[in-house]
Amino acid sequence: MSEEIIILSVFRGDADGGQEQEYRVPLETGMVVLDALHYVQTEYAPDLAVRWNCKAAHCGSCSAEINGMPKLLCKTRLDDYVGQVIHVRPMHAFPLIKDLVTDVSWNYRVAKQIPAFQPSTPAPFVMYQRDVDRIQEFHQCIECFLCQDTCHVLREHEGQERYFGPRMMAKIAEWDMHPMDTKDRTAFLKDVAGIPMCNVTRCCVEVCPEHIVITDNAIIPLKERVADVYWDPIQALFRRFRRPAKTPVPTEPSSAEG
Amino acid sequence: MPSYLADQVNVESIEQHKYDIIIVGAGGAGLRAAIAASEGEQQTVAVVTKSLLGKAHTVMAEGGVAASLANVDSDDSWDTHFYDTMKSGHFINDYRVAEVFAKEVPDRVLELETWGAVFDRTPAGKIMQRPFGAHSFRRLAHIGDRTGKELIRTLQYKAIHQAVDVYQEVTSTALLVDGQGQIAGVFGYYREDGRFVLFRAKAVVLATGGWGKAYKVTSNSWESTGDGAAMAFRVGAELMDMEMVQFHPTGMVWPPGVRGLLVTEGVRGEGGLLYNSQHERFMLRYDPVLQELSSRDVVARSIYKENQAGRGTPHGGAWLDISYKPAEYVKAKLPGMYEQFRTLADVDITREPFEVAPTTHYTMGGLRVQADTCATNVPGLFAAGEVACGLHGANRLGGNSLGDILVFGRRAGMGAREYAAQAEWKQIDPATLEREAARVLAPLTREEGEQPYRLQVELQETMTTYAGMVRSQESLQTGLARLQELEERAARMAVKGGTRAYNPGWHTVFDVQSMLLLGMVIIRGALARQESRGAHWRLDFPEELPEVGAVNFVQRLSGDQIVIEPTPVPKMPAELARLFEHDRAPGVRRRAERNGEGRADR
Ligand SMILES: Cc1cc2nc3c(=O)[nH]c(=O)nc-3n(C[C@H](O)[C@H](O)[C@H](O)COP(=O)(O)OP(=O)(O)OC[C@H]3O[C@@H](n4cnc5c(N)ncnc54)[C@H](O)[C@@H]3O)c2cc1C
Ligand code: SF4
Ligand code: SF4
Ligand code: FES
Repeated sequence: MSEEIIILSVFRGDADGGQEQEYRVPLETGMVVLDALHYVQTEYAPDLAVRWNCKAAHCGSCSAEINGMPKLLCKTRLDDYVGQVIHVRPMHAFPLIKDLVTDVSWNYRVAKQIPAFQPSTPAPFVMYQRDVDRIQEFHQCIECFLCQDTCHVLREHEGQERYFGPRMMAKIAEWDMHPMDTKDRTAFLKDVAGIPMCNVTRCCVEVCPEHIVITDNAIIPLKERVADVYWDPIQALFRRFRRPAKTPVPTEPSSAEG
Repeated sequence: MPSYLADQVNVESIEQHKYDIIIVGAGGAGLRAAIAASEGEQQTVAVVTKSLLGKAHTVMAEGGVAASLANVDSDDSWDTHFYDTMKSGHFINDYRVAEVFAKEVPDRVLELETWGAVFDRTPAGKIMQRPFGAHSFRRLAHIGDRTGKELIRTLQYKAIHQAVDVYQEVTSTALLVDGQGQIAGVFGYYREDGRFVLFRAKAVVLATGGWGKAYKVTSNSWESTGDGAAMAFRVGAELMDMEMVQFHPTGMVWPPGVRGLLVTEGVRGEGGLLYNSQHERFMLRYDPVLQELSSRDVVARSIYKENQAGRGTPHGGAWLDISYKPAEYVKAKLPGMYEQFRTLADVDITREPFEVAPTTHYTMGGLRVQADTCATNVPGLFAAGEVACGLHGANRLGGNSLGDILVFGRRAGMGAREYAAQAEWKQIDPATLEREAARVLAPLTREEGEQPYRLQVELQETMTTYAGMVRSQESLQTGLARLQELEERAARMAVKGGTRAYNPGWHTVFDVQSMLLLGMVIIRGALARQESRGAHWRLDFPEELPEVGAVNFVQRLSGDQIVIEPTPVPKMPAELARLFEHDRAPGVRRRAERNGEGRADR
């Protein structure tokens, strides 16, 4: 269509170092950053490393930092950056493999440790839509790990040894708030998953492409559960929604967490 | 050959692992197979996937999983699901596969609920089911329009909490067989640094998905290049019904970057209506009974015909409109679609109609397997999911694939477990390994040659133009000739200047090789099927012909030659055949009888 050219400045390098390199890409209507990177692969750099699968914001593979913001490459339009150079860099919180690809295996290692969903009986369950609305929000997660990338605890040195991060809090909440679940995860949350490390800065919520309100809807209620069992003055601050540590019957309305 | 490459061809230095069962693929089928394989007696199980865990193509599935739970339409049951599946498949399905499927899928869905999946609910607190094209009843369990994600996430977390090792971002390039042609292992490389890895295994389950990426306009993810089908074909496995490629009627058309991206059938399931440029609901003409919810082949062809008649939309499609429904309803039931159009196309689907056109969506053909065990004709090799075939015949019903991967993923896992329990470890000839290692490295060693990305585009264009939704002897023959030219050029693919570390250009070489091979097989099958049936539409043979419909086309390699054999479609036993004596589905008839023969549509 138009002959407009945009400048994409892409990080090229690996664990031993690297730098941004500029590429000129002709702009097409509706183009996303991932399209531009594919153009770069075809025209200039076949070995440019970038992860992607669906190109439809469903799989959460294409996470990177665009002009400093953690974003999905396949959901970020070029026309949001008219007149600017677009800097594309890998996620910062994870070890670099090459170019835009990082080693996110830590996430899978900690996920494995979360005590799984344990229903009181096998399905079919009788559960009403209003009982599952609040956990269905967490089911929207695409495991892009952008929230993990943005969480200052995980970006810090050794933070990943002390805190599982917002994605995993949403996962724990998904099981812990399931009306049929019977597992007690409070000790795990406090001692292993490190929920006290979160100081509710809400940065994770800002970057979530699925608009999951991780803090208010997952982390704070989970902190509550922990605080109910283990008294902690800082966590007491977040006692906005008092509820029993485990809801036994699936009838409570879920509107409290919005 | 540079020295850093040469020492890798030394087979002694290749990393080796030994598992009773190796599963290639971590989509729904692979994960379900892994869960089944790792249950019971202690056998070691690993999953190998070329992407990260949880990212497989399955994650994209939207509309739902079809199962006759009968939560909203109490007259539904397995026999009606079976009936719908066979009928939509135009009776070239393997009836036994369809029977096992229809009977088992409700249990598989409920099992997901036990493992933590949370489907949308009915007012009575059960799993909600939505209508979908050519299903007699409301049958699709769903969570909004993100059902695939629910499936994969549930299975993924179930699998990692079981004794399953996962090798992420390991691309398999070859299946290894012993001198007798029995499965001995899988060869591949870690994408991270390109180092080779050999998995010795007693049994291998292929769950590598379809090959929708062989076409230019496609709804499929990066992964769907048909590697598994190609690898199995190379070691003697049989491929069947390869001419059957599903074109989904509603893909996005604008802007260009999203062309082909799926618009779920759930939009029509929730009431979306199709219009041509003259604001006519043309589906009323093509299928007055099922209308917008006719089967996919019919709707896709109708859109094509409207365009041929000059009644298409600006970018060659049709208008789909759901804006007459309350905005909140649309956002709740189709959140993914709402977001997809808003962010990628600047369209608010709650306010305006949007353009859609057919897109390559699913490959009904694939590895020929036994219904009960999912065994292929290669001893020790099993296959499940989109890579296998038999369930869908000439046209897949929406929602039947997610059911397929659950039912047959499990059966393949069990089949492999039984086989491995009594199998011996097979020998792998080091010379075979050396050859494979050298073959895989060759594109990195060539100084000059064909650029893999460009070849990929040419291949996709060829398939879309000559072996797409509309076919004829002439188009298919032209397509085949082009593929043969491409094959010659593909032998010289080169990835200039790259190393083995996370190199997508290098990876594309193998994608192209798989798709080229399967492209040829698709075209040969399409040439052989001299009729129109389901998704396979030949302008020169526009009718369904009973004698052609009595066979499946089975292809295999004999030396370097592809041979194609018409094979009789398995004949249904009397108790199943009886279901088709009336022209209404069993459940629909039951309901009509109960209601004193009233109108019996949805
Ligand atoms: C947009 C969209 C929407 C859909 N919606 C629905 C729906 O609503 N209902 C429905 O029933 N169906 C739907 N389908 C179809 C359905 O999603 C797929 O058919 C199904 O998910 C296939 O699953 P699978 O497990 O067979 O393979 P896939 O999910 O494709 O997984 C393949 C796996 O194999 C691995 N793999 C492939 N090659 C290699 C290799 N060389 N080495 C190592 N690993 C390899 C991949 O990494 C991946 O893990 C939809 C499809 C699309 C594209
Ligand atoms: S709110 Fe908590 S989890 Fe989220 S970014 Fe801040 S510290 Fe991390
Ligand atoms: S919670 Fe949101 S940001 Fe975090 S991984 Fe999931 S989708 Fe990504
Ligand atoms: S490629 Fe799947 S989220 Fe971007």
